[in-house]
Amino acid sequence: MEAVLAGNKVNLTEDGYLVDFSQWTKEIGTEIAKQEGIEMTDRHWEVIKWIQEQVKADNALSVRGIKKSGVLDIKEFYALFPGGPLKISTKIAGVPKPKSCI
Amino acid sequence: MGKTVIKKMLFVLSKATLENAYAAFIMANGARMEGIEAEIFFTFFGLEAIQTKKLNKLSVATVGNPAMHIPTMVGGLPGMEGFATKMMKKEMDKLDMPPVDEFLEILSASGVKLWACKLAVDMFHLSEKDLIEDLDGILTIGDFYNRADQEGTQLLFI
Repeated sequence: MEAVLAGNKVNLTEDGYLVDFSQWTKEIGTEIAKQEGIEMTDRHWEVIKWIQEQVKADNALSVRGIKKSGVLDIKEFYALFPGGPLKISTKIAGVPKPKSCI
Repeated sequence: MGKTVIKKMLFVLSKATLENAYAAFIMANGARMEGIEAEIFFTFFGLEAIQTKKLNKLSVATVGNPAMHIPTMVGGLPGMEGFATKMMKKEMDKLDMPPVDEFLEILSASGVKLWACKLAVDMFHLSEKDLIEDLDGILTIGDFYNRADQEGTQLLFI
């Protein structure tokens, strides 16, 4: 479906994920974060950047992967993105919703 | 997509087979990933999953488990349980599923509360020093029921 985020026309999946990463901008990420009740900080962006790099490198995202990342630990991940951290952070990052059960 | 109506999942793990422990762990972790609160109450044989000396030695049940597709008599032969467990752990590793000790760390860090059942702890003559550091405490079943303190709480016996 089509939507307007931060003044840009974008295509979203039914769950609100960007269909095409090339449409992503930091402003769009900020807007999605706001809808999820998250005020973005530099620390948030560091994590988002790491997630985008992982997806680009075709590495599957999981909580275990966060633990091994060396970027942040699981506790901080839940604190930064409360209410489903992997689901919410990937949405902000403009990458597909992870399919992992772990 | 509407928000889920499940707010909290309470799990009772009463068995110590690898497949049952992982069922509880994966469901509890999955709940947290969806923004749902989760707690696990380890009782009876389930206590093996939080005993420091035993938790990495949990096995798959090869006897009385029709889904193994081996005759019960064969499943009872020496070494079968170890063999089946090794095979399953190999498959789980391929899917990046953490071993029991690491999984418990992940659960605790994710905010899953881990409780030991007082009656079972007494029955097996255990004390806190036998149990994992991440344990949140030893509870009676009454205490555990009291944790179902909000609407949208579900309780599951595994």
